[in-house]
Amino acid sequence: MGKTLFDKIWDAHVVHAVNASQEVLYIDRHFIHEVTSPQAFAGLRDRGIGLFRKDQTVATADHNVPTINQHLPIEEPLSRIQVETLTKNCAEFDVNLFGLGHENQGIVHVIGPELGITQPGMTIVCGDSHTSTHGAFGTIAFGIGTSQVEQVFATQTLLVSKPKKMRINIEGQLSEGVLSKDIILYLLAKLTAGGGTGYFIEYAGEAIESLSMEARMTICNMSIEMGARGGLIAPDQKTFDYIQGRDYAPSGQEWTEALAYWKTLKTDSDAEFDLEYTFQASDIEPMVTYGTNPGMGLKVTENIPSGLSSSKQESFSKSLEYMGLQADQPIQGLAIQNVFIGSCTNSRMEDLRIAAKYVQGKKVKEGVRAMIVPGSQQVSKQAIAEGLDKIFTEAGFEFREAGCSACLGMNEDKIPMGEYCVSTSNRNFEGRQGPGARTILASPLTAAAAAIHGKIVDPREN
Amino acid sequence: MEKLVLLKDTAVPMPMEDIDTDQIIPARFLKAIDKKGFGDNLFYDWRYDKNDKPNSSFILNNPIYSGSILVAGKNFGCGSSREHAAWALFGYGFRVVISSYFADIFKGNALNNGLLPLQVSPEYLDLILDRLSTDPNTEIEVNLEEQYVQLLPDGHREKFEIDDYKKMCLLNGYDDIDYLLSLEDKIKDFESNRSYVHKTIRK
Repeated sequence: MGKTLFDKIWDAHVVHAVNASQEVLYIDRHFIHEVTSPQAFAGLRDRGIGLFRKDQTVATADHNVPTINQHLPIEEPLSRIQVETLTKNCAEFDVNLFGLGHENQGIVHVIGPELGITQPGMTIVCGDSHTSTHGAFGTIAFGIGTSQVEQVFATQTLLVSKPKKMRINIEGQLSEGVLSKDIILYLLAKLTAGGGTGYFIEYAGEAIESLSMEARMTICNMSIEMGARGGLIAPDQKTFDYIQGRDYAPSGQEWTEALAYWKTLKTDSDAEFDLEYTFQASDIEPMVTYGTNPGMGLKVTENIPSGLSSSKQESFSKSLEYMGLQADQPIQGLAIQNVFIGSCTNSRMEDLRIAAKYVQGKKVKEGVRAMIVPGSQQVSKQAIAEGLDKIFTEAGFEFREAGCSACLGMNEDKIPMGEYCVSTSNRNFEGRQGPGARTILASPLTAAAAAIHGKIVDPREN
Repeated sequence: MEKLVLLKDTAVPMPMEDIDTDQIIPARFLKAIDKKGFGDNLFYDWRYDKNDKPNSSFILNNPIYSGSILVAGKNFGCGSSREHAAWALFGYGFRVVISSYFADIFKGNALNNGLLPLQVSPEYLDLILDRLSTDPNTEIEVNLEEQYVQLLPDGHREKFEIDDYKKMCLLNGYDDIDYLLSLEDKIKDFESNRSYVHKTIRK
């Protein structure tokens, strides 16, 4: 029997099998940031040891950096201490740091691919659940806790159990105005927020293959929202073209060798999955969420359901109450007060270009606060070079500096209590964007349309 | 890490499904650089109202329920990988969380901190929740050595699964890192025998 792509990468990284389920997995790349690393560095200090393979580790500051005046000291004292602690730790342990002010700084899952650090066939971890983003390059990438950050620091390995394998096929072609964010919100609505627990997902099919690398990242990014450990897509010519020439990509003879290996990274035709789903791209429309987990989504043209299964009824009622919405109500036409375009899900050049194309020559609806937060310094620089910042500011958007920002409101970019925010981020949990904030997840196109109209609209018709 | 062998205690029911780690510990409380104090902010936005006053309708503020066992709905701990969620639950005083399903990362984080994520069948979960709603003083016994959980006093019990290695760690208070450090030679062998090696990052 053949092997899946996931098996091929996993098996190539097993250092040792502890028992039938626990294996010691070698980690090729370790990304760290200021929030989930300080206690791991403290652990090393307590043990009197350093990093086992510091040259496979990269740090950046992203979660609680401000998105204006980044050249000034961080005002909020706790955030400042955490970012300064990262800087001190990276100096003490000699770790590569793209800190605040560095030209490569940005959201960890934006800069990894952008710098060519993320490459097919790798195992990649980070103390952040959206590490699954890197799966778009045909990697096994997953989020870990702080104890595991310390384990990787100390040994470049992790003790893990192998997840089960799922494949999701999206057949056919997407319709106009439907983006990769809509695909993943659609899958979440179909399979629920727990539907992938215990699995690693491979996304395949014509609709997936025809996506750009950045669009693929959006899908893999939200694999975790299904509870899956991660999601990956087989590397192809688009993947190789994306990587070639980037700062940390192989070159010369190394490129030739790498490419030969990367081309072997695909699921064999006779490989088996524990679970497989197939959906039609033509059934996918622009999607939004109405509840307080990313599985509570619907087509923008649909009404909020009357209810969910009995075991979910309490969560459903609590969600609607929190969101200030009613069962059976249409989601279109709902007045919104905030729009956030950013986060590791949708803050890359393509996202910004899509939004800019829509808003060019239009104005943000009065009373709506609309923010664009590029995923990295490089994205920001490129957007400015293309004049997108002007398009946005002329339309009434704030064009801010790079960071995680209002995705999780660890800095000052919070959504006020009780207000709606159409957000291109990944989580609509209660309080995610600030206490009492009401998040509606959507694609950059749907979010841009909401900013202009001041309400949820179908971006294909408005 | 603290050992966990046998626990007999009352429990706090939280039947909602899909309780995510942003609820367990909201992001704005993740700014500490040590592991202390997270218990104070456990379930903060459910526990306190917008004026930071205790919300009397939330279960942790209901004096009828107490104990070191949390009984929660399916898919507990989904969302963010923040280990702070495990630190907060442990810091508050929980030693066991019972649910019919745990999110992967949370489960690993809990086990790395001496907090047992105990998975039971949906039927048994319903039974516990039902029992707790009729008698908040119901005691639950968790026996890790024998791998069973039972309701007292009638002894209605269910066996549970746990990885042998993880069980050994919990019973003895060991964490993974000591074990991994002991494998240094194997790891170096692995590195020198790889057929394809990704180059290091530093230029």
